[in-house]
Amino acid sequence: MLDDYLARCAVLGAGGKMGGGIALLILREMARSEAERSGKIAGEGRLILIDKNEQALTALRAYLKDQLTRYAEKNIISLRSYFKEREELVENREMIEEFAGGALSLVRLDTEIEKAGGARLIFEAILENVDLKAEVYSGLKDLCGPDTYFLTNTSSIPIAVLNDRAGLGGRIIGFHFYNPPAVQKLVEVIAPPATDKKLTELAAELGKRLRKTLIPAGDVAGFIGNGHFMREILFATGLASELAEQVGPIKALYMVNKVSQDFIVRPMGIFQLADYVGLDICRMIMKIMSTYIEGETLGSDLIDSMLEAGAAGGQYPDGSQKDGFFKYIKGRPVGVYSLKKTRYIMMDEGEWVKESEARLGDPPQGHFPWKALMKDTMKDEKLKAYFGNLFAAGTPESGTLGAGLAKRYLLESRRIAEKLVRDGIANSIEDVNALLQNGFYHLYGPENDLF
Amino acid sequence: MPGLRKKVYVTAGYNTTFFGSGRKEFNPKKPMPTFETYLKEAAGGTCEQLPNANFDEGLIGNFMAGRFLKQGNLPGFLPFIIPGLLGKPCTRVEGACASGGLALVTAIRSVLSDQARAVFVIGFEVQNTVKAVYGSDYLAGAGYFNGERKAGHAYFFPSLFSVRAGAYSEKFGRDSARRGMAKWYEIWIKNARKNPKAQEYHNRAVDPFALGMTPPNPGVFLEHLNVFDCSKVSDGASSLVIMSEEGLKRLGARKEDCVEIAGFAQCEDDITRGPEDPTFLTTMARAARAVMESAGVKKEEIGVLEVHDCFTITGLIALESAGFVERGKGTGFVLDGNTTVEGSLPTNPSGGLGGFGHPTGATGVRQLVDLLHQFTGKAANQVRLRQSYGMMVNMGGNDKTLVTIVVKAPE
Repeated sequence: MLDDYLARCAVLGAGGKMGGGIALLILREMARSEAERSGKIAGEGRLILIDKNEQALTALRAYLKDQLTRYAEKNIISLRSYFKEREELVENREMIEEFAGGALSLVRLDTEIEKAGGARLIFEAILENVDLKAEVYSGLKDLCGPDTYFLTNTSSIPIAVLNDRAGLGGRIIGFHFYNPPAVQKLVEVIAPPATDKKLTELAAELGKRLRKTLIPAGDVAGFIGNGHFMREILFATGLASELAEQVGPIKALYMVNKVSQDFIVRPMGIFQLADYVGLDICRMIMKIMSTYIEGETLGSDLIDSMLEAGAAGGQYPDGSQKDGFFKYIKGRPVGVYSLKKTRYIMMDEGEWVKESEARLGDPPQGHFPWKALMKDTMKDEKLKAYFGNLFAAGTPESGTLGAGLAKRYLLESRRIAEKLVRDGIANSIEDVNALLQNGFYHLYGPENDLF
Repeated sequence: MPGLRKKVYVTAGYNTTFFGSGRKEFNPKKPMPTFETYLKEAAGGTCEQLPNANFDEGLIGNFMAGRFLKQGNLPGFLPFIIPGLLGKPCTRVEGACASGGLALVTAIRSVLSDQARAVFVIGFEVQNTVKAVYGSDYLAGAGYFNGERKAGHAYFFPSLFSVRAGAYSEKFGRDSARRGMAKWYEIWIKNARKNPKAQEYHNRAVDPFALGMTPPNPGVFLEHLNVFDCSKVSDGASSLVIMSEEGLKRLGARKEDCVEIAGFAQCEDDITRGPEDPTFLTTMARAARAVMESAGVKKEEIGVLEVHDCFTITGLIALESAGFVERGKGTGFVLDGNTTVEGSLPTNPSGGLGGFGHPTGATGVRQLVDLLHQFTGKAANQVRLRQSYGMMVNMGGNDKTLVTIVVKAPE
């Protein structure tokens, strides 16, 4: 069934980081399954990639070509079996070029959304804006056939809202990839009760074919991923302003970031992660969550001030990191933005980094950096021993400041996770754990027997 | 009547570093040494060992420069690296991974037939110009392209020896075969760590045997070989001089810096035919018997062996095919440590094709350079020699082109 739908697809917002990644995944699967079935990949323009930005589309073609070639190189063993009846294809190189060239011939690039009209599956990854999305879907509903399905990559907008505003009659599902889509295993699937059952099945099959881990989430703004992440950012900014009273805002930001990375053994500190996502995106998501979640207002004065100061984070088109809370050189934080001085205070400027670290103290015994444990088969044992020490050292009387903050941080993360389950956004705590481990590369879920 | 019609000597051997993944300085994103660099370094390394580097002829062994480097007409590079060869006979010799060995026997024949008194021989290959997936296409040329390539595996040559590994395991025991292959890998690495020019010199794996025991995975590679069973993609060159007694005098070489060619053999099999017995290397067996006869030596007299171990399984089967071990006993022989530097038959002490590296066209020449170094006390991983003969077995393709040489220690 899925192959019938994969025969004609469209990706909206394909010039963006997420859209481009989704386009690659879909194209790869379209080409792979065609090659597997028939030994041929043919048929022009069956994947329509749409973006308003023409330049982004040009860059997208080069990206797709490069990535398809790499994929074909990596999967040459399968390719040789797909093309075994093609006498003219003998060498690996010929098959790799045939695959990449054939896949690219399936693509049509366009700037006009109307061109998506003939698609049977439409993946949407445009700006995270309710009005814009609702308008696009309303337009598409008239252009597309009655059996066209829509998969939105929204990370925060309730699917029911889009369904109702555009009158899609349940032909939309949340299919939220994580960044970068081609690499990240996780997809958060949001299927509110009104969602067409056939679409739910298609989405499940697609997830399987793309070899993704699907985690179902309730249709509540922010879902599981941002439901946890945004609240964690707010906890961290709160912690930073609390700390700022004693050490000033620069050190506070640096210290909380360090605690949320090194002390709790995560790949990135919370403020660096917020920069990675983009502070403007974070603010937008918080706003959406505030709009659709009754009785909870999410927002951060600190993020608002940073955005006013023009330090928005996010990425350049080449994937390099833009400055936000931190200034970056080659992807590494080298300075912290001072709202007071309206400039970045570099980490090698004076002794403030050393002083901040001295104030935090060293992580307790048994600490390993995230990278060292990532592929360690004994990681659970090591983490258990470390967190045991951390919780023992996290008491105000005898412990270090760093351990104390880390302990509060971990317990808050657990509290947020438990609430997501209580509120029915996650089916189980295991789903929250799985989501954070897959989507955020955490080594352990918030609920665990490590601490 | 064993022996050659006249004395033929080998001297002034030189190997460049064999370069590729595993070397600390290897970075595929950065420019790498060019083939001209390797050729010049090797030639310079040979010539500087001689008071009068004056040759009558040049031979260059290479397998696939036409594809890896888009370069043909390789004889033209001999006067480039050795100006004294300008205007003299120069020839490129090709026989897949036995290209180096073929260059050696061609040089020996030149000397024996009095066409030349001193022949400069170099073998080289530069393969890191393309990713392994494309290099595999080029190396598949060592098989029968029209007859085998289309139905063949993505990693064509490894797959041919994976079939042999499967058959060998089936016949002689899966567990012992795997352990034998893992041991072969371990010895590769341990020997290479003593050879600063080896591709695996920087290998710091704590337990190479355990890596060698990795179960093969046909989903990503092959059914009966893991990646550790395979020699890697290598760049490098090796050179030496083959000469007569008169040539030796003219070049000013000292006999104590030479080994003597005691015998040589060369055997060819029909490339369009598959192996008679996948657990045996028939052509290699023929070439090994022939060289023993030619040299008039018995296997017990071989003090050090250079065998063509492009894959761990090839090493095991080669020991049996060349007649050093009974069939099916190769794994036990290796597991008992007989092929280590301290063992009863030290084999490939510089690291072999998996440890030192396997720049295909250089390998045969490299084997003779290493035998020369062993018998003149210049080896990086020196064997305490108990016998005065050494033997090399160089193989091109799947048991198709075979060169065997027995050398004798200096008088």
